[in-house]
Amino acid sequence: MNSSHKKYLWVWIGFIATIGSSWAGLVILPILNLGALNEVRDEATAGIGPTPAADIIDLGREVYVSQGCMYCHSQQVRPEYAGGDQKMGWGQRRTMPEDYLNDKVALLGTMRTGPDLSNIGVRQPSEDWHLLHLYHPQITSEGSIMAPYPFLFKKQKIGDEPHPQALNLTGKYAPEAGYEVIPTREVLALVEYLKSLKKSNTPLETADPS
Amino acid sequence: MSVSIAQPITTSRAQKIGESDHAKNLVERQLVDLSCKKVVSLLFATSLFWLLMGSALAIAASMKLHMPEFLGGSDWLTFGRVRPAHLNTMAYGWVSTACLGVGLWLMSRLTRVELRQGPLLWIGAISWNIGILVGTAGILRGDSTSIEWLEFPYYATPFLLISFAIFMFEIIRMMNHRQPGHVYISQWYVLAAFCWFPWLYATATILLVWFPVQAPAMPPINWWFAHNALGLWFTPVCLAAAYYLIPKVIGKPIHSYYLSMVGFWSLAFFYAWNGMHHLIGGPFPAWLISASIAASVMMLVPVITVAINHHMTMRGSFDAVRWSPTLRFVVFAAMSYTLVSIQGSTAAIRPLNQITHFTHYTVGHAHLGMYAFVTMMLFGAIYYIMPRLWNREWPSAFLIKSHFWLCVLGISLMTFSLSIGGWIQGWEMNKAEKGFMEIMQITIPYLQARSVSGGILTLAHLAFVLSFTLLLMGWSPKGGRPTLLAQPRHTETVST
Repeated sequence: MNSSHKKYLWVWIGFIATIGSSWAGLVILPILNLGALNEVRDEATAGIGPTPAADIIDLGREVYVSQGCMYCHSQQVRPEYAGGDQKMGWGQRRTMPEDYLNDKVALLGTMRTGPDLSNIGVRQPSEDWHLLHLYHPQITSEGSIMAPYPFLFKKQKIGDEPHPQALNLTGKYAPEAGYEVIPTREVLALVEYLKSLKKSNTPLETADPS
Repeated sequence: MSVSIAQPITTSRAQKIGESDHAKNLVERQLVDLSCKKVVSLLFATSLFWLLMGSALAIAASMKLHMPEFLGGSDWLTFGRVRPAHLNTMAYGWVSTACLGVGLWLMSRLTRVELRQGPLLWIGAISWNIGILVGTAGILRGDSTSIEWLEFPYYATPFLLISFAIFMFEIIRMMNHRQPGHVYISQWYVLAAFCWFPWLYATATILLVWFPVQAPAMPPINWWFAHNALGLWFTPVCLAAAYYLIPKVIGKPIHSYYLSMVGFWSLAFFYAWNGMHHLIGGPFPAWLISASIAASVMMLVPVITVAINHHMTMRGSFDAVRWSPTLRFVVFAAMSYTLVSIQGSTAAIRPLNQITHFTHYTVGHAHLGMYAFVTMMLFGAIYYIMPRLWNREWPSAFLIKSHFWLCVLGISLMTFSLSIGGWIQGWEMNKAEKGFMEIMQITIPYLQARSVSGGILTLAHLAFVLSFTLLLMGWSPKGGRPTLLAQPRHTETVST
């Protein structure tokens, strides 16, 4: 082995050591630190947090993932010293690692083209509101730039009597006479998921991850 | 070439050695270029296809942010799918594919080892493109993972991993068979990048897509990958190109070997630790975030080192950006690298990050990095490489100039509008005196300006693709003189 090859060996060790140190620090340590958390028991209320999710909520999260909601909506509340999130009314406390235990994929998001959704289930518990808003955001929120999701609904001829879940659409959003717009299973699941987002409700008020 | 000591070297003999060396170099270079011709051209051609696809997706995504009903009737074209499809076609389809071509050619040139012939590299290039096609279609049909920079569904990633492994082993093979002697800095960058990226991509794919870890641990892995895709893959290949092309075009060696080493190792160490600055304020241990903020600030070391080294090399030769297409793009990209990196270091500091996090400012920063630095560098490299692979010149100086100035205009407009709009957005959301809707409405004119900039950049891309196609079709000016943008003051040794 000549000297140029020996030097080359050190270069290899350097390549591995630099990326390897960050791999250990930013991949492996977080897995050890955050990858096996337990649900939190609150002695005062005997509740556990976060409440395990029902199947319909899991399906709703899959729709949220598939439609890419997280590109405009974050799901994290920063502590008071790190931003105006709590002043904007997006949560009573910062979000904690345990808040994401039910999620199959962490949907923290990095963008707020739309408002944060960590606690949308607290702010907006109405199913009707969510369905109208998803069908066409301008119905409930004039001036919104959110994408409409008409393809998550079905337009059909009104049968003998109107469908019980048909949307109450008026004015320019109403379908032509004799037709009604009904929600699909996907959008109903998505709304259940959104209504379940109540991260401030879990008993973690005093917790601090550092 | 060795010279016997017993024989005194006369001037004429030295000249003869010099000449035969020169001739040998020329032949070797031509053999290397010939060996790269087909595979590297295929990589460039497909990368330009994805550049056009990515541009179309970009315009659709951008328009939707101020015209929400635009193409809103179909789930295939909803914003939440078009936007990640844009990112992935650009990051993997355009930038990575072009980086593969540039990296292979640089390594072949610097080691003087001809690129492997036969089907293996073809399989690599084709499998890479199949992976991107399948992945993009997967996102649009609703199989996106919603993990940023890793949206390709699980069934698309094996294509990418297999083909990257093929390219990695080819780079290592060339390195192992290199001609004895000095290893140039560009070789270090290319070799490292081609070994780092598979590590990054395999880790992230396995832990986030194939066998996901518990959700609270996902974001650190996500941003370790996503930031290092830029820092340990795109950036080193682009810096390798700059280190090779600047001295080649101006005919001077690089200013300092020592500085280039300092730049390399400080980049390798600090960049790898940067990613967590995307998670400031998030639900993570404080040490994790603080380590990345410190590393982000320390990025000033490699960035300023490289900037000084390139600037001192260019000093006295800046006139060449008037006439050399390659150098004009490369110098613009190198300057943008300094600018975007300093911007990144500042945006990682907590008080500033509080404002810019979650806003369009970050999107502007990302485009300054991926476009004004990475994309412009790759354009410059392709302007240098293609005429040498094909022994043909670029068809028209006008097309090259149009390409350059449309790029500059487009990316400047995008960066300014998103930086200002994003800053106001973040400032207002932290003050929380206005309602969310009111704050969002303030950003709309800046989003409209971004759509205009997307249109300008798409025109630039069309000009480039036209140039590229005409060159491949053989519509080059006769006479073999390089297509220059202006008349050089000194006419000796001029190249594109």
